[in-house]
Amino acid sequence: MLKRLWPIGLILLALIAFALTSVNTIPTKEEKAKASWADVQSQYQRRADLIPNLVATVQGYANQEKSVLVAVTEARASATQVKVDASTLTDPAAFEKYQAAQNQLSGVLGRLMAISENYPDLKSNQNFLALQSQLEGTENRITVARRDYNEAVRDFNTTLRTMPNSLWAATFYRSSKPMQLFEAAPTAQTAPKVDFSTPPPVTPPPVTPAPPK
Amino acid sequence: MRSLAPPRWLAALALFAGLLLGLPASAAPAFPALTDRVVDQANILTPAVRADLVTKLQVLESQTSRQLVVVTVSSLQGLEIEDYGYQLGRAWGIGEKKRDTGVLLIVAPNERRVRIEVGYGLEGVLTDALSNVILQEQVLPKFRAGDMAGGVVAGANALIGQLSLPTEEAAARVASAAEAPPAPSRDFPIVLVVLVVIWVAFGLIGSIGGRPGHRADAWLWPLIFLASSRRGGSFGGGGGFSGGGGSFGGGGASGRW
Repeated sequence: MLKRLWPIGLILLALIAFALTSVNTIPTKEEKAKASWADVQSQYQRRADLIPNLVATVQGYANQEKSVLVAVTEARASATQVKVDASTLTDPAAFEKYQAAQNQLSGVLGRLMAISENYPDLKSNQNFLALQSQLEGTENRITVARRDYNEAVRDFNTTLRTMPNSLWAATFYRSSKPMQLFEAAPTAQTAPKVDFSTPPPVTPPPVTPAPPK
Repeated sequence: MRSLAPPRWLAALALFAGLLLGLPASAAPAFPALTDRVVDQANILTPAVRADLVTKLQVLESQTSRQLVVVTVSSLQGLEIEDYGYQLGRAWGIGEKKRDTGVLLIVAPNERRVRIEVGYGLEGVLTDALSNVILQEQVLPKFRAGDMAGGVVAGANALIGQLSLPTEEAAARVASAAEAPPAPSRDFPIVLVVLVVIWVAFGLIGSIGGRPGHRADAWLWPLIFLASSRRGGSFGGGGGFSGGGGSFGGGGASGRW
């Protein structure tokens, strides 16, 4: 009798083992996605923290660019007002709002860095140079953090929808919903690339014909 | 003929394992192999300069437990150096695993780009602004003058200087890390615990049933399972150089010339 029960016991054992290994997958991946979201947020915060200093420095040299400076300050204010915490990550509207505000700020910051090229005094200011490199580094970190977040979320969303974890999603973890992804905004996502060294690539139009070579 | 069979079989297995390991890498750019602390793929350093740098970088790591790797690449494969850099750092795993204390000095002579890529854990020691100053003042002037090796050495020296600053703290850290054995991983698989419990339970049932010797092999299965699911040990223990598993998040600075 007992001999017959062995295979059944083994199957049961395999099922239990399977259940125990996979039951934690969804919460684990969800936490990972949330952690990478926190990283995205802190990088955006880091950028927002740099801006007042940057605006103050630029103001000293290029006060006639008031409109851009005001635009940057306003975009920063609205970007810092939009808050998305981990629980509203699943809300497309809230997420879209956050992304739009940050992209708006990226756009005006890019403009600010572009016009600063026109002020040689500003460009040689040590404080400005330091801020500029910090801003570049932060934009780069934002790119990396967003990419990592997208990867973690894609992984989590796939887990929710595929077997066998979709079974757990339908039973234990009904509150776990797919999270939103960042979309690459073609204009806003590129970091303001600033060249310290080489002169601008515009070559002056040749006045005299170049000597034949 | 018979003596030839095992190596062939092993070679096939190795090939298969290599294919398996190679699969996830297909999405990322092809990185040069991490052969030493100086990887000179673009071939801009003389052997003497390379050997000298390697020695200095070894000293840096033994004193501070921070890993600095100098790498020259022949191509960025169409990527921005910022994109390439952090992925290379992660692929190589430069720096201690938990502290992410790795730094890369990446030179792409063909694209005329240079970058200091800073691991998460050193972003406070080697800030973006400071990395930029090192590039602008030490590295780029030499590169512009055509002195590639000189620029690399000057940049590496400046980085070593900065990275070895808080020596007492780093030395204490190294000492404590050497004394304390690595903590066992906490996420011990529950499955194994359950299997052992069931193993014991079945054993009890078996003995209650009055047939102690019955199906002795079944008793062994959990043991075999336990032994085969052990985590793989770390590679590269002897002689060669390998990263500690540190990660990167895009900190640092880039320049072009």
